Amino acid sequence: MAGPQDRPAGLKTEDGGLETELQLARVVGTVVATQKHEAFRGAKLLLVQPVGLDDTPRGTALLAVDSVGAGVHEKVLIVMEGRAAGEALGRKGAPVDAAIVGIVDSVDVQE
Amino acid sequence: MQIARVIGDVVTTMKDENLSGIKLLVLQPLDPDGNASGRTLVAVDAVGAGVGETVFFVRGKEASFPFHPTEVPTDAGIVGIVDHWHVER
Repeated sequence: MAGPQDRPAGLKTEDGGLETELQLARVVGTVVATQKHEAFRGAKLLLVQPVGLDDTPRGTALLAVDSVGAGVHEKVLIVMEGRAAGEALGRKGAPVDAAIVGIVDSVDVQE
Repeated sequence: MQIARVIGDVVTTMKDENLSGIKLLVLQPLDPDGNASGRTLVAVDAVGAGVGETVFFVRGKEASFPFHPTEVPTDAGIVGIVDHWHVER
């Protein structure tokens, strides 16, 4: 039976669990890499800092491939799971574990 | 993925046969400011990285994908060498 221990390692939650779901994040930087696995050819790599609903940083920053044309300072939606990230990149079997899949216009939380 | 500095290599003689011929490197993950962040780890190398270089690596079973169809038993793999990165706060 599949359990949390079978998931790819993502961010550790405060209670020691793994976060592999969609997350809000802020784009904080860009990365240039010439020599890389062929699956990354033409892909944009961005440094993203996961944030909470109040925009405070949560956990460590990570590197995600961008499939939606995001830019620095923008709030984005990221996936931290290999298969979803590979699909976002449009390449099956790509060695990726995180991808930006949306640019956030607004977040509305009631209560 | 995460950015890391390659700080060493690992030599193993007795190992899973699917790891034979694959370079194992010791990584120190870095935060966006370039400071050491978190525990060191060992990763397989898919891009020809070396000690002293800054790389990015993938965690999870995806780390074995560059070696397909060989099923390399790993949970971390170097998939790129970083030329430079830029952080804007």
